[in-house]
Amino acid sequence: MTTMTREETEALIAEVLEVYPEKAKKDRAKHLMVNDQSIEQSKKCITSNRKSLPGVMTVRGCAYAGSKGVVWGPIKDMIHISHGPIGCGQFSRAGRRNYYVGTTGVDTFGTMNFTSDFQEKDIVFGGDKKLTKLIEEVEMLFPLHKGISVQSECPIGLIGDDIEAIAKKGAVAIGKPIIPVRCEGFRGVSQSLGHHIANDTIRDWVLDKRDGTPDTSTPYDVAIIGDYNVGGDAWASRILLEEMGLRVVAQWSGDGTLAEMMNTPKVKLNLLHCYRSMNYITRHMEEKYGIPYMEYNFFGPTKIIESLRRIAEFFDDSVKEKAELVIARYQPMMDAIIAKYKPRLQGKKVMLYVGGLRPRHIIGAYEDLGMEVVGTGYEFAHNDDYDRTIKEMGNTTLIYDDASGFELEEFVKKIKPDMVGSGIKEKYIFQKMGIPLRQMHSWDYSGPYHGYDGFAIFARDMDIALSNPVWGNMVPPWKKEVVEEIAKAA
Amino acid sequence: MANIMIRTAATGGLSFYLPKRDLEASISSIEFDTPEKWGGELKLDNGGIYFIDPIAKPARLPISLRARRIGAAED
Repeated sequence: MTTMTREETEALIAEVLEVYPEKAKKDRAKHLMVNDQSIEQSKKCITSNRKSLPGVMTVRGCAYAGSKGVVWGPIKDMIHISHGPIGCGQFSRAGRRNYYVGTTGVDTFGTMNFTSDFQEKDIVFGGDKKLTKLIEEVEMLFPLHKGISVQSECPIGLIGDDIEAIAKKGAVAIGKPIIPVRCEGFRGVSQSLGHHIANDTIRDWVLDKRDGTPDTSTPYDVAIIGDYNVGGDAWASRILLEEMGLRVVAQWSGDGTLAEMMNTPKVKLNLLHCYRSMNYITRHMEEKYGIPYMEYNFFGPTKIIESLRRIAEFFDDSVKEKAELVIARYQPMMDAIIAKYKPRLQGKKVMLYVGGLRPRHIIGAYEDLGMEVVGTGYEFAHNDDYDRTIKEMGNTTLIYDDASGFELEEFVKKIKPDMVGSGIKEKYIFQKMGIPLRQMHSWDYSGPYHGYDGFAIFARDMDIALSNPVWGNMVPPWKKEVVEEIAKAA
Repeated sequence: MANIMIRTAATGGLSFYLPKRDLEASISSIEFDTPEKWGGELKLDNGGIYFIDPIAKPARLPISLRARRIGAAED
């Protein structure tokens, strides 16, 4: 199928919306758009960050997911208590593959689940005592932890427990920071508010704790902000920056530590990968400490080269020279990868539906492989994300915000991409429809995808997904003859 | 009244950020823009108008200020 025209795409949106009741149709129509690169402001044609419609199958998370799962969770040397009933903590445990170095249970706690396991009596009488006891137990059992964060689940806000008071008392008792995070799941329309709340707690409880301490920084200090080390992403990014002659002081928050966060205000430049989840803290650091921030993109050689050069612009000539050396060193490796995979992947069409930064950042990596992204969308973006996306996407391609399961299926049926990039909930639906899917939340248990090393893995993964012979065997043998007969007759 | 942040945009102009609503917009015009008096009515490119009490021009941006919305809430 060739690329659709504007009218065809508009007709497709209208057709898909046809099944909704009048009010729902009107509401959903605002969240779907046909891309037009000439538009400066996305808000004129797409609405985002609104409450999902009741009754449609959204794939959004909650504020707790944004805070515990994304921002706080990967900080490895802290204990993150899921304060409330057991499920929230258990079902979000270790699923995101935020890799880290350390001995789990001794000095790092990334894949462990700590919860206060609320019961009826805790709802009735309050969970303060339980939390106090939990803090004492944690300190006794895991003395090498560097601090505790209390991640509230919904009931905490509903019964009005004063976790701030418990945190303050507990911090004095154990002599380590305890950070209460008011990230009850019902706050906000998606995980996005959870990111914001988590950033604000870092600002209020962590960031300024080492202000005024002796400064051992160099002029080349940077922090990687908004890289969660999914499958080792932050490591693949970090080596490139270090080869450029920069000193990476902190990783937020994949493989990160509390001390790294406290040292971040001393860096010279904040490098922001996931804008959506961590722009809040970089804005604050820009104002309070005068640290500029820069968004960068380490997916695919074209964007990496662009980003490395833009990062080097902030520093002196020695860094600029080293950046060029890095680019030159990896170029033969990139050329070999593109020579190998581009002929196999050329012209394939991809539809994406993920969150955070990926719906726009990955486009460049696909284009490097000769593939085309024909539809993209975010689960929980805001208008500023779409402002950035419009420029990255081709004209007349489809953009969807908070798409429901139904909408996404219908779009895929009509647009017929060669591949879909989304999550586990979508994976088996589309694979049963005969369309390969790569999970773009967890890199489908592969990774890293960032940096030059990541691109090699990315290219290989896309190839093994698309070239799998199984896609040629979608018709069962007993139906094959019928299909062939029909084909012959036609 | 709401807390807002004004910063220099990458393009050189001023950009407006309202953390409470995660609203980012560029400032198309600012009423007073002299070293002694800076602020007043801010017209945004999304149609919104906000008012900040005029102050001496800040030495460094970004700066967080209190602002009052004039007119209806924009999207």
